[in-house]
Amino acid sequence: MELVQQLINGLSLGSIYALIALGYTMVYGIIKLINFAHGDIYMIGAFTGFYFATTADMSFIPTLILAMIVSVIFGVVIEKIAYKPLRNSPRITLLITAIGVSLLLENGMRYLVGPDPKSFPSLIDESSHTFFGLQISNIQLLTLGVSIFLMIALEFIVFKTKTGKAMRAASHDTEAASLMGINVDNTISFTFALGSALAGAAGVLVALAWTTIDPYMGIMPGLKAFVAAVLGGIGSIPGALIGGILIGITETFSKSFEMTSRLSDAITFSILIIILLVKPAGLLGKVTREKV
Amino acid sequence: MLKVSNLNVYYGGIHALKDISLEVNEGEIVTLIGANGAGKSSTLRAISALIPYKSGDITFNGASIKGNAAHKLVGKGMGHVPEGRKIFANLSVKENLEMGAYLRKDKQNVKNDYEMVYEKFPRLKERLSQVAGTLSGGEQQMLAIGRALMNRPKLLLLDEPSMGLAPIVIKQIFETIVEINKNGTTILLVEQNANLALSIANRAYVLETGKVVLSGNAYDLLHDDKVKSAYLGA
Repeated sequence: MELVQQLINGLSLGSIYALIALGYTMVYGIIKLINFAHGDIYMIGAFTGFYFATTADMSFIPTLILAMIVSVIFGVVIEKIAYKPLRNSPRITLLITAIGVSLLLENGMRYLVGPDPKSFPSLIDESSHTFFGLQISNIQLLTLGVSIFLMIALEFIVFKTKTGKAMRAASHDTEAASLMGINVDNTISFTFALGSALAGAAGVLVALAWTTIDPYMGIMPGLKAFVAAVLGGIGSIPGALIGGILIGITETFSKSFEMTSRLSDAITFSILIIILLVKPAGLLGKVTREKV
Repeated sequence: MLKVSNLNVYYGGIHALKDISLEVNEGEIVTLIGANGAGKSSTLRAISALIPYKSGDITFNGASIKGNAAHKLVGKGMGHVPEGRKIFANLSVKENLEMGAYLRKDKQNVKNDYEMVYEKFPRLKERLSQVAGTLSGGEQQMLAIGRALMNRPKLLLLDEPSMGLAPIVIKQIFETIVEINKNGTTILLVEQNANLALSIANRAYVLETGKVVLSGNAYDLLHDDKVKSAYLGA
């Protein structure tokens, strides 16, 4: 029973990592950038939710949607201002810029709201339900439900709509995509928008579950979601889902045992090292040859 | 239809195309032939705005297209089947064709055009739901051409369609190119296999180290002693 309980907790946490990992993997797929500012978009989502919920007294759904919208704006503006001018620069330039943007967002937010954690309003009264001896809170269910809904929506957009197909085409070959009449710049913006919306939603969901938020809250989940994306195979959308869930489950399991509870983060990052040594392309990633 | 005047392209410090001028009239098949590295692909890539040019001008349908982005030219009726085919290996065959029709709004006609492509390349129809990366080289070339046709281009740039293919497949592809031209699409063809290219073209330009060194009627070039010894292996 204890195992099943931890599995459920892990699924709930893992779905958050998966939401963030999807943004990493989609952006990597199209411009080959590990967008280290992505975890901070999740923080932006949580803070936006916080201000809408406290100052405008909004309920859960509008808070979530507005947080997603503001995150999208941040994601797209960052891409246009910071990354787009570097489209033809070496990849390391882009990576360093992403780290710079990340620091800017964290410290900019700290400057605006101060370093102290803020307590997130309980938009939903937490209640616990027992099913077959398993404890599940309504917030866990909500997290899972919203995540699954967003993932299905993403799946639909990416695989069934014209824009989604253009995104996959451009992620395979931007030049060939432009020869189809696809505006690659717009497609890249769209990719950032999708990833940022998911990260913003994850920010609100986590804020609900953990109840406090601070300007640096994006760092750890951002890094773990990055591990999840690499584990699943960076660039692969199903890979990000599986990676996120696996990292979530690993974390809750390692926390549930006395012996490993304090090592849970170390275990998560060991997975990164091991996967890079053993299967660098990740579980579902393809081995790609460098083009010459 | 297409007029290139005094085109100069540099790769870093290398002067890759030197004052290239050429013209393609409506309804023609024009071919660029020449050795490896002569600048044939670069010329095509500059025409469809995949690489910038330092000086010179290109007009398409009477208007200058200088400064247009590649994706804009597609809307103006330019199609480009790039060297190495560049199909979307991660998409299905059907999705590749859909991408070819990305800019089109006339759904009913698009449907007919799928049929037109299937008719030209029945092999593609059998493999619609297959991931394009699993196709054979010849099938990928068919898909690349079919994909470009989905936009109903007025001018089709073809870059080395014979590359890496078996002779029988090459023959098929070239027959299709002639057919596409007969149906009203003007063609600018870059080809290593000069014999083959000259046999279907109306006119040709011979490129050598980034310069046009010879041009004229394809039939005459095919029987020109200089061309014969340099490019036709005779």
